[in-house]
Amino acid sequence: MQLGIVRGTLVASRKDERLEGINLLVIQPIKPDGTSTGKTLIATDSMGAGPGERVFWVKSKEASNPFAPIEVPTDATIVGIVDLVHVEA
Amino acid sequence: MLIGRVIGNVVATKKNLKLDGEKLLLVQPLELSGAAKGTPIIAIDRMGAGPKERVLYTQDGRTAQQILGRGTAGVDAAILGVIDEIDFGPPVVTVTQTKTNAHG
Repeated sequence: MQLGIVRGTLVASRKDERLEGINLLVIQPIKPDGTSTGKTLIATDSMGAGPGERVFWVKSKEASNPFAPIEVPTDATIVGIVDLVHVEA
Repeated sequence: MLIGRVIGNVVATKKNLKLDGEKLLLVQPLELSGAAKGTPIIAIDRMGAGPKERVLYTQDGRTAQQILGRGTAGVDAAILGVIDEIDFGPPVVTVTQTKTNAHG
């Protein structure tokens, strides 16, 4: 799983039917210190996250597991909203 | 998932049997700003995306196979939706807090 911050939302009315009713969010991957790293991507949301929130997300086929038994075609899904990141000094 | 723009299509009479009947689109990967970035890729399309439309696509092989629905297949990219709108804020530069309490 990786840390990220929600930068925005994406709307697509014409999409795979298994994606109906699932929010699509723009995520910027971040390091534990909060700085950006890597490319922004679009993720499905299983937690009700919103813009500005720090989250963690899973990628690849496991991304559809939170929506089981529906096999949602997604390669990235938010699975947690971060309260705090603690890094040992 | 990534965003891209449909810039064309590919026709191939001779192709992997599991790709039979599939529409193959050329997709230019885009940055959030809408700027083109990287080499165009070929993706299967079940959404009826048309030229110049912005699309949501995956370059994850297993997700693409899920869209195709024919088990293991020679496919690694698929269009998942046609984008109406993307709303996004400024780039992330700062953090709100990183607590340093060792026993937090």
